Amino acid sequence: MFDTGRMSIRSLATGPVDDVDRAAVLGELAERIRPTVLAAERTLAAPPPLRPLFPAGGPARGSVLAVEGRGATSTTLALVAAVTGTGSWAALVGVEAVGWSAAVRAGVALRRTVSIDAPPTSRWATVVAALVETVDVVVVDPRHQVSPADARRLAARCRERGAVLVRLVVPDGRPRYRWPTSADLTLACDATWSGLGEGSGVVDGARLRVRADGRRTAPGAREVEVRLDAAGRLVGDEVPTSGGRGHLRRVV
Amino acid sequence: MGAAPSGKEPGGGSAVRTVVVWCADWPAVSLGRPAERPVAVVRANRVVSTNAAARAAGVTEGLRRREAQRRCPSVEVHERDPDREARAFEPVVAALDGVTPRVEIDRPGCVLFPARGPSRFFGGDVAMAGVVRDAVLGALERPVAVGVGVADGAFAAGWAARRSLARAGHPARAGRRGSVVVAPGDSAAFLADLPIGALAVEGPAAVGVTAERRELADVLVRLGIDRLGRLAALDAADVVARFGALGLAAHRVASGDDLRPPHLTEPPPDLEVSVEPDPPLDRVDAAAFVAKSLADELIARLAPRGLAAVAVLVSAELAGGRVVERRWRHEGALSPAAMAQRVRWQLDGWLTHQRRLDDGRGPDPGGGPIVRLVLRPEEVVPDAGRQLGFWGGDRAARDRALQGLARVQGLLGGDAVRMAEWCGGRAPAEQFRLVPLDALDLDDEGGGSGPAVAGPAPWPGRLPDPPPPLVWGRGPAVQVLDPAGGGVQVDGRGTASGVPAAVLVDAGPPRRVEGWAGPWVADERWWDPVAHRRRARLQVRLDDGSVHLLVLEAGHWRLEATWD
Repeated sequence: MFDTGRMSIRSLATGPVDDVDRAAVLGELAERIRPTVLAAERTLAAPPPLRPLFPAGGPARGSVLAVEGRGATSTTLALVAAVTGTGSWAALVGVEAVGWSAAVRAGVALRRTVSIDAPPTSRWATVVAALVETVDVVVVDPRHQVSPADARRLAARCRERGAVLVRLVVPDGRPRYRWPTSADLTLACDATWSGLGEGSGVVDGARLRVRADGRRTAPGAREVEVRLDAAGRLVGDEVPTSGGRGHLRRVV
Repeated sequence: MGAAPSGKEPGGGSAVRTVVVWCADWPAVSLGRPAERPVAVVRANRVVSTNAAARAAGVTEGLRRREAQRRCPSVEVHERDPDREARAFEPVVAALDGVTPRVEIDRPGCVLFPARGPSRFFGGDVAMAGVVRDAVLGALERPVAVGVGVADGAFAAGWAARRSLARAGHPARAGRRGSVVVAPGDSAAFLADLPIGALAVEGPAAVGVTAERRELADVLVRLGIDRLGRLAALDAADVVARFGALGLAAHRVASGDDLRPPHLTEPPPDLEVSVEPDPPLDRVDAAAFVAKSLADELIARLAPRGLAAVAVLVSAELAGGRVVERRWRHEGALSPAAMAQRVRWQLDGWLTHQRRLDDGRGPDPGGGPIVRLVLRPEEVVPDAGRQLGFWGGDRAARDRALQGLARVQGLLGGDAVRMAEWCGGRAPAEQFRLVPLDALDLDDEGGGSGPAVAGPAPWPGRLPDPPPPLVWGRGPAVQVLDPAGGGVQVDGRGTASGVPAAVLVDAGPPRRVEGWAGPWVADERWWDPVAHRRRARLQVRLDDGSVHLLVLEAGHWRLEATWD
C-alpha cells in the first residue's frame, strides 16, 4: 500500500507556486506510480523510504536478500507490503511468529500472502523451490543447516523464475545455522524503539537504520535512516521535534 | 438414468414436486451442546447462527461477537467450521437413504428430493412427510428442530419447511404437526404472502448470488413490490426487460415454478471423472487432496465447453464392494473451490460414519476404505462466466498462484498453506488467526483485513499501536524481578508490586530493564467463571535494546510479543 503520510499536493489556488516546487511534486507523483509500471520489469516494488538501499531502486528479481539485526522483521514486513501492494503474491515459510496486525499496518495484502508452517527438514528445500516457482517473494527462516547444494539450487531457481528469496532471522533465542552461500544483498538493520520511560509512556515507534551490503558493491555503500511511526508504518526521515506522539512532519 | 427429477404435474406448472428437509440452525445445533445452553456460531467476528436458547436471550444473526456477549454473557461462542457441520450431517443423510435414493444435499442442514416416488410408496404426502421426519429425528443424537415441507418446486418446498418449523413448536414432537404440505398447484398461492425478502434469504433454489439477491430484493421493495405475489402478478416480459435474467428467475420462483428449465440436456457421459486412489483412502487428509484434484479435473473438462455444474454426484466404491453415492446441489454454479469442498465434506462424512459403524457393530464386510471415486456432473448450465477484474491480470495472477500453492498442499497436506484472517480480539495473538487456504473465499476482498485497516476501532483494553511485529504463540516463561530480586506481581487494581528491574527469559541470564510502561490490565469475561481471564501486560526495553511485551496470568509471566 502506498504511504500517503508524507506527501500533500499543495493547492495551486492558494498563492504563487514556483516551478521548482511543482516539479518536485510531480516527481514525487511519478515515484508513486512507478511500482505499477515495474510489474513486468526486473525489479520488484520497494517501500519508498527503502529504495535508496537497492541499486535498481527495488529488490532485483531473481536475487536472494538477507535481512538481519534488530528491526529485521519490520523491514521484511515493509518489503512484503510493497510487493503485495502491487498485486504480487508472497509466501512465508516457517515464520509462524509474524504479528499479523503489524503486517496489516505495514500494508501487507492479507489476501495475497500465505503462511506455510515450517516443513520437515527433509522437505524444506522442495517446498521452498515450489513456492519460488509460484509467488514473487518467499520469506524463509530455516532452523536447520541448509546444504550448499540446496542453497545453490534455490538461488538458481530464483534467478530462473524471477522471484526474490528473503532470508530472515527471527530473534526467538533458538540457534541458527549459517547459510553456505552469501546473499546478493544483505540488509543490516538496527532499530531503536522509543517511548518507554520509567513506568510511563508507551512504545510509539522506532528509528530504524538499515545498511545495504551487496556482493558486488562496496561495504556500507548505502544506508538509510527511516522511522516506524506510531501506527506501525515505515516513513522516511522527518524533522524530529520532541519525542512522543504528535511530532511535526515536513510537508512537501 | 435421468439426472433431473422428471415428471410434470398435471394441471400445475413445470415445477417438480419436491420435499425439503430443513434442520434449523444446523451450524449451531450440530455442535451437540445441550439445548438449554445458548450457543452462537461466529465467522469473522459476526454471528452467523444461533440456537433457540441464544435467540431467546437476544442474540441474533448479524451481531458482532462482543454485542452478542453483552446481550447474553453466558453464550458459548464457537468459530464456524463447515467441515464439522458436513461431517455431523452425514448420519442424517444416510438415514434418508432409506426413504429415497434421490437425496440431494443443498448444504449441511438442508436436503431435498423429489416427492413423487416416496409419496406413492408411503401413501400420500402427509404420511411420507411423517416418515421422513421420524427418520431424521432418529438419526440425530439430540433433538433438533426439523421442518419438512412438500410443495411444487424447491423454493416453495423450502419455505413450507420453514413454516413447519414455526408451527411444530417442540422439536421432538413427531407426526403430522411437524410438516407442511402444499397441495399441488397451490405453490403460487402459498408463496404469495411472503415478503420479498424471502428471495434474499439463503435456502434451496435461491436465485443468483447472495449480493445480487439482496440488491434485487432491495430494489423491488423500493418499487413498491413488497410481496412475492405482487412480483408474480407482473408480466414476465416486463420483469426481464427491467431486471434481466436474475429478475426472471425471481419471477419464476415467486410464481411457484422451478428454477430449473423443464427440459435439461443430459450431460454427455465423458464429463465424468474418476480416480482409483492407491493406497485406498481411509484418511480424511488424503481424501481432501484427492477431492481437490478430482474437482479441478472436472472443472477443466467443463470449462472448455462453456458449462458449469450446479449439481454433482459423488460416488465412491468401497473396498468391500459397496457403492455409496451422494448428490450435492449448489445455488449458482459450483466453483472449483466449492466443488472440492463438497467432495471433501462428503469423503469426510463417509469415512467418519464408516469408522463409527465399524466401532459399533464390528467391521462391515461391504465397507472399508475407498478404492474408487467418481465425480459426475448431474446438471450443467451454460457458464455465465466471471467478470475479470479491471486489471485483468490480477485474477490471472491469483489463479496461477493458487495452482502453484496446490502443489505445496500436495507436498505438505491441505492445511499447511494458510492465510491470516481478522477475527477480532484484544491480545496480539488473538486478533488474527490462520485459516487454511481451502476454507477461505478469496473473492471476499473485504473480509480479510477487517477494521484493522480502516483505522483503529475502539476496542476497550486493546493495546496501543504500533502492534508488535513478532507474536509468540505460547511464549517462553519469564521472570520479572524488582530491584531487590523479588518477583513483580500486579494486583487487581493494576498496580505493580515493584519496579521491574530485571527480566530473565527462559531461565537465561538476567537482563536489566532500561525502560518500561504499564501495567495494562485486561479483565475479560469476569462474569463467566469458566472463561474468566485476568491478564496484565508490561512493555519493557532491555539492556540489549530489545523491546518486549510481557503478560502476567495466574501469577506467571510469559513473553507475549516482541517489537523487532
